[in-house]
Amino acid sequence: MIPLAIENADRYVGGAYLVFLLLLLIYVAIMAAKLSRIQRELGSLAELADRPSERLPRDVGPVRDREQEIEAVRQGDRG
Amino acid sequence: MANALNSITLRRLAIATVLVLGAGYALAFFAAPEDADQGFIQKIFYLHVPLATVALLGWIVAAIWAIQHLRTGDPKYDARSYVSIHISVIFGLAVLLTGAIWAKGSWGVWWEWKEPTLVSFLIVFLLYATYYPLRYAIEDRERQARYASVFAITAGAFVPLNFLAVRLAQPLVHPRTFSSAGGLPDSMLFAFLVCLAGMALLWATLVWFELDAKAASANLGRIRRRLEATT
Repeated sequence: MIPLAIENADRYVGGAYLVFLLLLLIYVAIMAAKLSRIQRELGSLAELADRPSERLPRDVGPVRDREQEIEAVRQGDRG
Repeated sequence: MANALNSITLRRLAIATVLVLGAGYALAFFAAPEDADQGFIQKIFYLHVPLATVALLGWIVAAIWAIQHLRTGDPKYDARSYVSIHISVIFGLAVLLTGAIWAKGSWGVWWEWKEPTLVSFLIVFLLYATYYPLRYAIEDRERQARYASVFAITAGAFVPLNFLAVRLAQPLVHPRTFSSAGGLPDSMLFAFLVCLAGMALLWATLVWFELDAKAASANLGRIRRRLEATT
């Protein structure tokens, strides 16, 4: 190994640790962006799930048709 | 239930990482003596060597997950292999950058092409850098996962072979860290081992975190498709 007399060793040490921290921070920032996208998507899904006006008529459609049939039969019996 | 258990484990893992890594660097800077030869700049050792060790082990772990994926066909093992490679590539980049800074301070150059340790690590890093274009060049998801697993196994087998080849090669300037000749005094060795454990915990935390994020994203996609089908 080469014998060494290093000047400004603290700057090199600081630089190396800072580079590592910076890389870690970039990774965390990218993951934070991904998580905020997931959060936004979750919000839009919650909105979609809370919208009964679009879903309800189709979901209860057959039940409503059946109720109308029964009502018609009842009215026919009365008549 | 599984998700709740996952988040508790991730939280514990993250706390353990902060504690062990914090303790490791406190030991490295305040308890371990300065190197007689290199002086203060040798403190980079406690960052650079654990990063390199964990990156190389991470690539081997990725190969083990890839074997599991090929054996079972379960996509969760492919995801684990992918994320392990991803985090190890980030660690590998940190190894190259911190190593270059240390080399500049110690040897006066950023890079030494005649040094087998440096060049072999660069080759392994570049090999794994090709994993992404290879993976995303294939559109079919199943084929993509299968080919990626084959790559991870082949490259993973190359890692220990490469390590052995470097040990057998004649060193130029880079010391051989785990050799008996370059043995560390006890206080340095203890600080180094704590830093190594902390770095391994950091790797595991990041892998777990990214896997959780990927699972959440996949679950959201599934829920969206179902909701859109019913409306």
